[in-house]
Amino acid sequence: MDYEIVIGLEVHCQLLTETKIFCGCSTHFGNPPNQNTCPVCTGMPGALPVLSRKVVDFAIRAGLATACEITPSSVFARKNYFYPDLPKGYQISQFELPICLGGHLDIEVAGESKRIGITRIHMEEDAGKLVHPEHEHGVSYVDYNRACVPLIEIVSEPDMRSAAEAVAYLKAIREIMVYLGVCDGNMEEGSFRCDANISLRRWGAPKLGIRAELKNMNSFRNVQRAIDYEVERQMDILDGGGQVVQETRLWNVDRGISMSMRGKEEAHDYRYFPDPDLLPVVVDAAWIEEVRQSLPELPVAKRQRFLDDYAIPLADAEVLTADRAMADYFEAVVKLSSSPKLAANWIMVELMKFLNDDKIDITQCPVTPQSLAELLSLIEDGTISGKIGKQVFAQMYSAADNNPRKIVEDQGLAQMSDSGELEAMIDEIIAANGDKVTEYQQGKVKLFGFFVGQVMKKSKGQANPQMVNKLFKEKIG
Amino acid sequence: MELYNCTLEELWQRLEKGEVSSFEVTRSVFKRIAEVDETIAAYLEIDEKGALIQAESADERRRKGDATTPVTGIPLGLKDLLSTVGLKTTCGSKMLADYRPEYDATVVTRLREAGAVITGKLNMDEFAMGSSTENSAFNPTRNPWDRSRVPGGSSGGSTAAVASATAIATLGSDTGGSIRQPASFCGVVGMKPTYGRVSRYGLIAFASSLDQIGPVTLTVADAALLLGVIAGHDERDSTSVDTPVPDYYGNLKQDIKGLKIGVPKEYFGVGLDPEVEAAVRLGCRQLADAGAQFADVSLPHTDYAVATYYLLATAEASSNLARYDGVKYGFRAENTDGLLDMYRTTRAQGFGDEVKRRIMLGTYALSAGYYDAYYRKAQQVRTLITQDFNEVFADNDIIVAPVCPTPAFAFGEKIDDPLSMYLSDILTIPVNLAGLPAISVPCGFTKSGLPIGLQLIAKPFAEETLLRVAWHYEQMAGWAGRRPELVTKAVN
Repeated sequence: MDYEIVIGLEVHCQLLTETKIFCGCSTHFGNPPNQNTCPVCTGMPGALPVLSRKVVDFAIRAGLATACEITPSSVFARKNYFYPDLPKGYQISQFELPICLGGHLDIEVAGESKRIGITRIHMEEDAGKLVHPEHEHGVSYVDYNRACVPLIEIVSEPDMRSAAEAVAYLKAIREIMVYLGVCDGNMEEGSFRCDANISLRRWGAPKLGIRAELKNMNSFRNVQRAIDYEVERQMDILDGGGQVVQETRLWNVDRGISMSMRGKEEAHDYRYFPDPDLLPVVVDAAWIEEVRQSLPELPVAKRQRFLDDYAIPLADAEVLTADRAMADYFEAVVKLSSSPKLAANWIMVELMKFLNDDKIDITQCPVTPQSLAELLSLIEDGTISGKIGKQVFAQMYSAADNNPRKIVEDQGLAQMSDSGELEAMIDEIIAANGDKVTEYQQGKVKLFGFFVGQVMKKSKGQANPQMVNKLFKEKIG
Repeated sequence: MELYNCTLEELWQRLEKGEVSSFEVTRSVFKRIAEVDETIAAYLEIDEKGALIQAESADERRRKGDATTPVTGIPLGLKDLLSTVGLKTTCGSKMLADYRPEYDATVVTRLREAGAVITGKLNMDEFAMGSSTENSAFNPTRNPWDRSRVPGGSSGGSTAAVASATAIATLGSDTGGSIRQPASFCGVVGMKPTYGRVSRYGLIAFASSLDQIGPVTLTVADAALLLGVIAGHDERDSTSVDTPVPDYYGNLKQDIKGLKIGVPKEYFGVGLDPEVEAAVRLGCRQLADAGAQFADVSLPHTDYAVATYYLLATAEASSNLARYDGVKYGFRAENTDGLLDMYRTTRAQGFGDEVKRRIMLGTYALSAGYYDAYYRKAQQVRTLITQDFNEVFADNDIIVAPVCPTPAFAFGEKIDDPLSMYLSDILTIPVNLAGLPAISVPCGFTKSGLPIGLQLIAKPFAEETLLRVAWHYEQMAGWAGRRPELVTKAVN
C-alpha cells in the first residue's frame, strides 16, 4: 500500500548566552558539578526567577530569521512534572502565548524548493543532569549546572513528506541559528536537538494518521535513519491491517531501532498554567526593530549575493557560506585581491585542508585574510607560480611570521622572469638535446612539454612558465 | 514600664536620645520571652545569642554616629517562612523541620542592613495554609487574650508575639488574610501591603500571585515605621513594583477631613457576629466624627471570592510545593523502594493533612479537561472582583469592613470542618485577589474580652492614605496598646 509520510519537527536550541535564563549563573559547560548554581536555579524555597533580556533578544532574532510574528505580550507557564533533574518540580516554559508565532522556512530537496511552516518558537529553561556512577550501586547524583540554561523550541508544521525533507529542514534551521549566533548547533553534545512527529496516511486522506514521537536522535544521519525506520514500522503495521499507537519512542543508535518509551496513557498531564512569578514578556516595536537591525545576513541571501557579486560557482558559494566566519574570511580576502575565483579555490582547497588536519575552525586560522590576499596577488602578478604559492602558504600557516612577500624574498622564491637568464638556460637545453629538437620540428609536438620541464627543473621551479613557453616558441618554432 | 511593653516608635525615640540601649531592650524582650512564651508558644526558634550580638552592634552604630533607621536596635520576630541564614526556616512543616536557608529573604536583608535585632522565628500554619495556626506541624500557638482560643492564622505566631510583648514588632505574610485575621484575633495592628510593594524574594511561597509580606505591630505608627524599612522595589522579584516609597510615618498626622469612605453592604451580611458588627459600626461613626464622609457601596462579586481563592491559591500551591520531593533539601522518607516510592512516601509523611488537601484541590483544578472550568474561570472571576473594587474606588478613598465575621474561636472548633474554616476568610480574601493594601486595627472587645478588628482597604499603592486613616481612627478609638494579662513564670 502506498502512503503519504507526514513529519513535523520540534527543535531545541540551547542559547549562547553567558548567563542562565532566570538567574545570573554562568552557562559555561564543563565546570565541576553544581558549581554554576544559586538558590534560583536549584529551586530553593522562596527563590524567584527573573527573566534575562538577552534570552528574549535571541528568541526574537530566531523568530525574525524564520519570518515569525513576534508576540507583543507573551507569557511564561509552568509545566508541572516530577523528576530529580527538575529542581522546582516544574519547568518554566511558554505554552498558550509563545514569543513567536506563524513563520516559515524554505528548503531545497533534489533541486526543488519547498516552504515549511513554523508553528511557534518559545523560550524555556533546561533541566539538570542525572549522574549514575557505575561503581556505586543504587546511588544517583544530580548536577544542576545545566538547570535553567536557556533554550528555545522551534515547532514546525507537519509539512515534511520525507526523511530527506526533514533533514534538509533541520540543516537549514541549524545553519540559521548558528549564523544568528543564537546556538552553537552541536548535536552530539545536545545543544541542538530534535524530536520528530511521524505519521502515515493514505494518499488523499483528509485527516492525519496517528503519530509517534521520536526522541534521542543526535546527528543528521540518525534523524534520517530513525525516520526511515519509523516509516517502515508504521507501514508494516498499516499494511497488516493494524493501527499505529500514539506513543513516544526512543531511538537506539547502536541497535538502529526505536523502542516505545511511554504510551498515550502514561503521557504526563503537565497542568500548564501561567507562572505567577513572572510578568508577561512585553516586546514593543522598537525592541523588535533594534533586533532586526542587528540581524546578520542569512545564509540563503549571502549565497545569492556571492553568486551575483563574485561570479563563483554555486558549489563554491555553498561551501563558503556554510559557516558565517568562513564567509567573512572569504570576503575579507576578496576585498584585498582581484580574483574571487582564485580566493575561493585557495580557501576551499589549501586552507580547508590545513584546518581539517588540525581540526580547528576558521576563527583560529593562523593565516590572516590580509596575508592570504597578498599571497594571491603574488601569484596573480607572476612573482611566484601557484606551485611555489603552496610552499609559501605552508610556511605562512606554520610560521609565526606569515608575511608571504618576506618569505618569497628571504628564500629567493620569486619566479625567473629575466629573459636574458632564461634565454641562456634555454639555449643550453637546446644544445644538449639536438635530436629531440629535430623530432619536435618534424611534428612530435608533445616534446614541447619536455623542454619546458627541463627549464623548470633547472630553475628549481622558479622559471616563469609563460615566458619559458614564449621563448621556446621563438627559438624552435 | 518594662521596655518590652514599649512601642517601636517609643523605643526608637529613646534609643535615638540615648536613654536606653538596644542591649537593654533586647535583654528585656528575652526576659519576657522566658517568662511567657512557654504558655503562648509563639516562637519556633529563639536566637538570644545572635540577637544580643546584633543589639551590641546596633548600639555601636549609634555610638559611632553612623546612619540609623527606626528599627536600628529594635528586637523584631519573623514568621518562619522568611528565609534566614543561620536560623532554621521550617514554614511550620515537618518537610522543612531542619532546613537552613543559604540565603536571606530580601526583607531580612533590609532589616539586617537597617540594624534590626532578630529575636527568632515565629509559628504559623504549615506553608501558611490555615486560619488558626493549628496546622503547624510543631505545636499550636495560644491566643494571649484567651489561651483556650486560637490566635488566628496563618501568622498566628507573629500576632501572638506582639500581643504578648515577646517581640516589639514582627513580620507576617498575608495570602488570604493571614496577617489581618490573626491581628484582629490578637488585638494588634496587622497590615497587608499592595501586591508588589514588598519583595517576596525569600518568602517561601504558598500562592505566588497572592502572597505579600507585611508588618504586625502594637500601633499604626509602628506599622508605618516598619513598612518604610521593608517596602520598595527588588530586582530579584519580577512582581515587585518600582514605585517610590513615601514617608508613611511622617504623613500620618495629616488630617482626613473630606476623605471618602465606602461601607460595602456585602461585608455586613449573614454570619457576622453582632458584637463584631457593633464595634465596626461604632468605628465608622468615630471616623465620621473626624471628618470622613461615608457612603454605602457594593462589591457585588464578594460571594464568589472564597471559591475563586480556593481554586487559584490551591492551584499555585500545588505547583509551588512540588519542589519538596526529598531530592535536594528538607525531609526525605527512609526505607523507600525506588524513585517513585521515595516521592510518594516523602510527601505523604512530610506534609500535613491541610497541605495535602490543598495540593489535591489545586492539582485537580489544573488538570486536563478541568482547567477551563476551574482555573480559567476563577481567573475571570478574579478580574470581576478587582473591577468591583475599581468601581468603588472611583468615588471613594477607603473601604471599611470587619476583618473576620467572628472573634477568635476555640481550639478544635473548626479544624475538622475545612469549609467553615475557609468561609471565615470571606472578608479578607477579596483584598488579596485584587492585590490591594489593607490593615486590621483593634476596634474593641467582646463582652467576654476577645479583641475585635476593624479593616480598612485602600487603592493600590495608597498605603500612605490607609495608614493615615488608620492612625486617626486609632487615636480616637483608644484601643491601641492594650495588653492581655498573662501568667508569668519567674525568671532570673
